[in-house]
Amino acid sequence: MRVTGKGLINRDKQISFSFDGKSYNGFEGDTIASALLANDVRLMARSFKYHRPRGPLTAGSEEPNALMTLHSGARQTPNVRATAQEIFSGLEVRSQNNWPNLERDVMSVNDMFSNFLSAGFYYKTFMWPRAFWEKLYEPIIRRAAGLGALSGLHDEDMNEKAYAFCDVLVIGSGPAGLMAALTAARSGADVILAEDDSRFGGRLLSEVEDVDGKPGHLWVDDVIAELSAMDNVRLMKRTSIVGAYDQGTYGAVERVSGHLRGAHADAPLEVFWRISAKQSVLAAGALERPVAFPMNDRPGIMTASAVRSYLNRWGVAPGKRVAVFGNNDDAHRTARDLAAAGVEVAALIDSRPDSGPSGDFPILTGAEVIDTKGRLGLKQITVRTNAGMQTISADCLAMSGGWNPSVHLTCHMNGRPVWDDKLLSFVPKDGAIPGMTVAGAAQGVMSTAGALQSGLEAAKTALAAVDAKVADVTAPQAEDAAYNIAPLWQVSGKGRAWLDFQNDVTTKDVKQAAAENYQSVEHMKRYTTQGMATDQGKNSNVGALAVLADATGRGIPETGTTTFRPPFTPVAMATLGAGARGAGFAPQRFITSHDMTVKAGAPMIEAGLWYRPSYYPEKGELTWRESTDREVNMVRNHVGITDVSTLGKIDVQGPDAGAFLDFVYTNMFSTLKVGRVRYGLMLREDGFVMDDGTTARLGENHYVMTTTTAGAGEVMKHLEFVHQCLVPDMDVQFISVTEQWAQFAVAGPKSRVLLNRILDSEIDNDSWPFMACGDVSMGGVQGRLFRISFSGEHAYEVAIPSRYGEALYAALLEEAKALDGGSYGMEALNVLRIEKGFITHSEIHGRINAFDIGMERMISAKKDCIGKTSAARPGQVAQDRDRLVGLKPVTPSQKLMAGAHFYNVGAEATRENDQGYITSVCYSPTMKSYLALGFVKNGPNRMGEKIRMVDALRGVETLCEICHPVFMDQEGEKTRG
Amino acid sequence: MRLTCPLCGERDRREFYYKGDAIALNRPAPDAGTDAWDDYLYLRDNPAGVTKDLWQHELGCSAWIVVERNTVTHEVLSTALASDVKKATK
Repeated sequence: MRVTGKGLINRDKQISFSFDGKSYNGFEGDTIASALLANDVRLMARSFKYHRPRGPLTAGSEEPNALMTLHSGARQTPNVRATAQEIFSGLEVRSQNNWPNLERDVMSVNDMFSNFLSAGFYYKTFMWPRAFWEKLYEPIIRRAAGLGALSGLHDEDMNEKAYAFCDVLVIGSGPAGLMAALTAARSGADVILAEDDSRFGGRLLSEVEDVDGKPGHLWVDDVIAELSAMDNVRLMKRTSIVGAYDQGTYGAVERVSGHLRGAHADAPLEVFWRISAKQSVLAAGALERPVAFPMNDRPGIMTASAVRSYLNRWGVAPGKRVAVFGNNDDAHRTARDLAAAGVEVAALIDSRPDSGPSGDFPILTGAEVIDTKGRLGLKQITVRTNAGMQTISADCLAMSGGWNPSVHLTCHMNGRPVWDDKLLSFVPKDGAIPGMTVAGAAQGVMSTAGALQSGLEAAKTALAAVDAKVADVTAPQAEDAAYNIAPLWQVSGKGRAWLDFQNDVTTKDVKQAAAENYQSVEHMKRYTTQGMATDQGKNSNVGALAVLADATGRGIPETGTTTFRPPFTPVAMATLGAGARGAGFAPQRFITSHDMTVKAGAPMIEAGLWYRPSYYPEKGELTWRESTDREVNMVRNHVGITDVSTLGKIDVQGPDAGAFLDFVYTNMFSTLKVGRVRYGLMLREDGFVMDDGTTARLGENHYVMTTTTAGAGEVMKHLEFVHQCLVPDMDVQFISVTEQWAQFAVAGPKSRVLLNRILDSEIDNDSWPFMACGDVSMGGVQGRLFRISFSGEHAYEVAIPSRYGEALYAALLEEAKALDGGSYGMEALNVLRIEKGFITHSEIHGRINAFDIGMERMISAKKDCIGKTSAARPGQVAQDRDRLVGLKPVTPSQKLMAGAHFYNVGAEATRENDQGYITSVCYSPTMKSYLALGFVKNGPNRMGEKIRMVDALRGVETLCEICHPVFMDQEGEKTRG
Repeated sequence: MRLTCPLCGERDRREFYYKGDAIALNRPAPDAGTDAWDDYLYLRDNPAGVTKDLWQHELGCSAWIVVERNTVTHEVLSTALASDVKKATK
């Protein structure tokens, strides 16, 4: 019901929205909760476990009850707090966790069996038989309990990530936050003021009180107007600071457009901010706690501060006849506000015996609410007074159990809040977050005047820490009443008294946990699930602790508290992962021949972030094998080209370049002649192989190193480490030039013929023998030519600046085709290298040393190098290590499987009998057989031996012969030819 | 978390690659013996308190940095170029 003349809503702008298919009107400035209450809708949700009817408990982002689903279809968003979501025209809202509807929810049968469903029920009941848990119990429980559901469709909303920096981050814009922001801003500091709500002002929007001689919200307007005119201030409303991290880093979620629209728009839905602040002021205020009296969860029962918010900020009376129950002076304030607004106050029930009358309404002192009635909404309360029982009809009950300072962010770096006996609450520990000063109610300063002054002081502390001069600012006049409170943790009586409304945890559950010896607060929390819902115990933690303390005969400080962890409010995964969806998940690196390759129909495979062609299908080819076999034959008999630009290229220069390479490679590079290429093996310091590749010496002090595609980043980092951390005196510089050069392999008997049609000056075997390198010119463009081979054929790699890559590829392809050649992909490249016994990272997989691949003689005796000492350890050169061999099936058509293991003939295929494994497999059209590279115990000394390959996973068994890993042209005649 | 690169200034942790204990700077001589190499390669202290590690400003200037920090308070006490630290120990 709207109250005339109250509220900060814009009554000139009516907004229509729907709830469970029914249309309602509200005003600009309304939340779903305030608009529904204005329409006398109190029932908004069903509880998690017992499916109890529920209405809003609060008027803010801490809401545990009124969770709803927005929109339908792909944009369906579950578990939105109706107390924080602003309405907009056309907004579609639905209740959740009920069937068939909110009023008649079949699952509320759970409530009738609540005696059996108390804490520990699942642990005790669904123990046996074990197999039933996953198949039967869990699905049923999951369906019965739970909140809203996702649509299962692809999310259409867009989110963003952003970064911000400031001198002072002010968290919260109540009196303390505004005063802190104003002081810091006037002093010239860079200020960010973040406010969780849609409007700045905090409690000043919800209370009837003056600041600086004017209504509080008008003072807020003045301050915000001043701040928004300043260049050094960034005002961020609808922004929750969700986490505090090391070195002044804060995580924040800004709700950008969720309050504006139902349809697509350009704006992101939310932005995840990382704010780096030199100092921060936490002015997050306090949250009022409910009172645990029997049957305290009916729609219409809410915190007193929520009642005042609905009344004063939104102009809504949450009931026609409102009762107020509390243990502190705020209860009186609530009754006074209601009476002044013309709302009937049924009774003010004050648990304190010494409380006096404070307005024109009935007051019951030393009294407690012990029962309530009303199935779908409050109708009546029962009050126990000194004079006896009394029933009072009321459709709304405002309850106040005192205030909990919002200490949450101060706990994010392991700070434990401390108990304050006067406030009956936890307050932040000093210095819990380095660089953070806590002010106002968050620090336990409960009066408005106190909060203003505390905000000012906090700003001064922050300014001093950033060496800023403090402007002359004084706090305005404001309310300065004392905060009087007496303990009231639970009210005895028949019926359940809820502590955690969201997870349906009652005082009985906490007592039961204590009785079953779950007496530590952390155990109680897990046993009862108290505080484990999306509100993270904001409403229930202190109350539950008090009940636990009572049940275990300890004080609250001794009982301790659980730790609040990030995020302060729930954060959507889509927001955290903003930008990382679909193609945004990982960057893509494209070779210069990418477009032509894709156009040729080649399926692309991922190699790290790169995309490389798998094979080039031709007309009539039905399988990848047909294409691959053709490409292999093409290279062996004619000529093939393939893009090898993805290999890492590192340019190494300087007087010590040779010495440096000698140190990082096992073999010598300082002795390499200019114009020559050498294969190099690189070890990790623990002696295992890190990477391999060729390095060319282009000049006296100039080398170009090639790494594997997969190892490029790791090798670059390794070189930087070795240079800077181990040999900083070496005069050498290096830089990755992978992106700068496009490089193509030209392989096959006709490779030189092809190249001579491209190169500006012809080459021959004398000018470019095997392992020669140097500058060449192609169409007037300076490039590089390396005579190296990864196929065993007479082959080259030709490099050109990337901007000419596509043109060179096109020219090479055209000439190749004229010579019965063409492009070949990764599959063919793999076959060619296995036939020749060349290794890749399939073989050098991190547990393999130089000895294992038969390259121990490549570790030069003339010098030290990374990994040399470790490689010589006794266990590293044992004959029975798994060592590289070739393997072929005794029957050539029989399949070999990568990953399969070897066992001796006649031995059982068990782990104890393992003789090794396969790392690479191909079908060789050259040898007309499957071939494999693998590791076999003492392999090089077992040539010709038969061995069983067993692939237990895929059920394949093949008898193999151990052979030399180089299957063809062991003398390298083709390569040198 | 934020680290100060001696060359680039204060940056977000995401720009840095973490390697591990700064002991990696103290590579033993080839003939230092098995124990020295075992220490260097595998044995690490796990202090509750001040520790020194090696980070690389991977998404910045590529500098390797010795970071002195407190594992209990997460305080970063100092940062220095690894090459300077290494040269100073010679």
